[in-house]
Amino acid sequence: MNWISDVVRPRIKTLFKRETPENLWIKCPDTGQMVFHKEVEANHWVIPGSNHHLPITAVQRLKLMFDSGTWIDVPLPEVEPDPLKFRDSKRYVDRLREAKAKTGLQDAFKIGFGRVDGLPMTVAAQDVNFITGSLGTAAGEAFVRGAETAIDKRTPFVVFTASGGARMQEGVLSLMQMPRTTIAVRRLRQAKLPYIVVLTHPTTGGVTASYAMLGDVHLAEPGALIGFAGPRVIEQTIREKLPDGFQRAEYLKDHGMVDMVVSRPDMKATVARLSRLLMKAPPPEASAPEPVEPAGPIDTAA
Amino acid sequence: MRSYLDFEKPVAELEAKLEELRQIEANGDGVSIADEISRLEAKSAEALKGLYAALTPWQKTMVARHPQRPHFVDYCAGLITDFTPLAGDRAFGEDEAIVGGFGRFRGEPVCVIGQEKGSTTDARIRHNFGMARPEGYRKAVRLMELADRFGLPMLSFVDTAGAYPGIEAEERGQAEAIARSTEACLALGAPNVSVIIGEGGSGGAIAIATANKVLMLEHTIYSVISPEGAASILWRDAARAQDAATNMKITAQDLVKLGVIDGVIPEPPGGAHRDPAAAIAATGEAIATALTDLHNMGPEEIRDHRADKFLRIGRKV
Repeated sequence: MNWISDVVRPRIKTLFKRETPENLWIKCPDTGQMVFHKEVEANHWVIPGSNHHLPITAVQRLKLMFDSGTWIDVPLPEVEPDPLKFRDSKRYVDRLREAKAKTGLQDAFKIGFGRVDGLPMTVAAQDVNFITGSLGTAAGEAFVRGAETAIDKRTPFVVFTASGGARMQEGVLSLMQMPRTTIAVRRLRQAKLPYIVVLTHPTTGGVTASYAMLGDVHLAEPGALIGFAGPRVIEQTIREKLPDGFQRAEYLKDHGMVDMVVSRPDMKATVARLSRLLMKAPPPEASAPEPVEPAGPIDTAA
Repeated sequence: MRSYLDFEKPVAELEAKLEELRQIEANGDGVSIADEISRLEAKSAEALKGLYAALTPWQKTMVARHPQRPHFVDYCAGLITDFTPLAGDRAFGEDEAIVGGFGRFRGEPVCVIGQEKGSTTDARIRHNFGMARPEGYRKAVRLMELADRFGLPMLSFVDTAGAYPGIEAEERGQAEAIARSTEACLALGAPNVSVIIGEGGSGGAIAIATANKVLMLEHTIYSVISPEGAASILWRDAARAQDAATNMKITAQDLVKLGVIDGVIPEPPGGAHRDPAAAIAATGEAIATALTDLHNMGPEEIRDHRADKFLRIGRKV
């Protein structure tokens, strides 16, 4: 993390946005209704009225979760960037470079440690803007590190999933992240720390078939696509149109795979309440929140 | 009737000619062509050996999917005595894409689980071409938990294009079933050995292949997605499957180099389908060696060995 990318650039972006008229209004993808930008932002990037959840970045996610929008970045391990020397229409190293430039992230995960409604927590968020949030070695290592941090600091581990599945450009090494992340989940269980998964749009493939479906509690954002096989693959296999609402968060709840469908503005409070119950912590009123001592840079990115 | 793969054409022609000569000799017209036959036999064997020594990843994909390749039921019949298959996930149904039960490997009781593709049309349908639904993985979990309770080692034989992608499979939680199965592998306190005998297709494979030792037969593949699938996603053209097969590093030889698998089991000349008994015997030897290596470890040690092995994969040293 460096000072320039974390602090200065987002501010410049914000200024720029304010001056650009098309960013003043947001069109709802469901209803076509025009909504004032500020109103959507204040509503956690959910369109008031239609309840359409707009995609948000991993950094925005952490900002919404942590008290006063601040946290300590969990440093993520460096990995061999392109183990297979892969290229399809583009070289994988170039794809990685572009994704890093575009998102300011090291890979598809951003992980922070801080307080959520006063309770210390380790929160990991996946970013679909980083090669569809796909799971490769770096993201797998990040997940493992996140779980280790939670165990170290005796906090719950909360993971916001958002991923198209395996990182194809890493071949079978991406498949290996399924057992690797599962090992980390087992360690959380052995440490008796809550592992809460929040499924966001979209969560598919190898991510769903590993850590995303092994939570102690599964929450999901309304309308999120969640599944193992993608809808296109299923349609091609069975040669039928898929029913409405298939593989959506509400469908998964009806089929017993998700505990609660929670709107984004209620997410923080729900995660905090569950964590306090499982950790046998008193409700927030009873304990005066102390500030987290910054052991590293406090991220104030937009 | 032997079925030939496209690239086996030169061998197919030689063998056809051989067959003709043998017919002529059998008709016994007095002409001695025994020399010619043995010359041709040598030539054909040489051609086959040469061909199989230099298979491309795409050709290996074809061999791994060869319809006459020995399947799980053949390995089970050849290596396991007293095999007693068990059925059902105790929640929804029985899925014959995964066959599992208990038996003896070289006299010792073990749990055996494998994907079965089927060798006849009826069997293929019954086994759903080796593509399991959630019930299959939940049955595997059930058997693994049973094996663990009695401290029995687990052998798994992997041969699947992948878990079945269908509406009902999603409805019943395919992803959750796979995740739980991988987790059940990791929880085993007795050693497990996994052998890829054909196709190791993605999450459907890893669900039963998270093992202390993972072995692959010489001409098999193990991949995060089929070469065809990768081609249609990455190149938006399924015809680029050959490129995908090469670039994704899916062969046993590539994966041993990447440290993803622990060993390669040699196949008889011309592939396992030419001599199933030899392939099965070699697999038996390899499993016995793998189990011997893990013999003296206690339950915690076995779990740590497995977890450490997977955590090391892809890490910088």
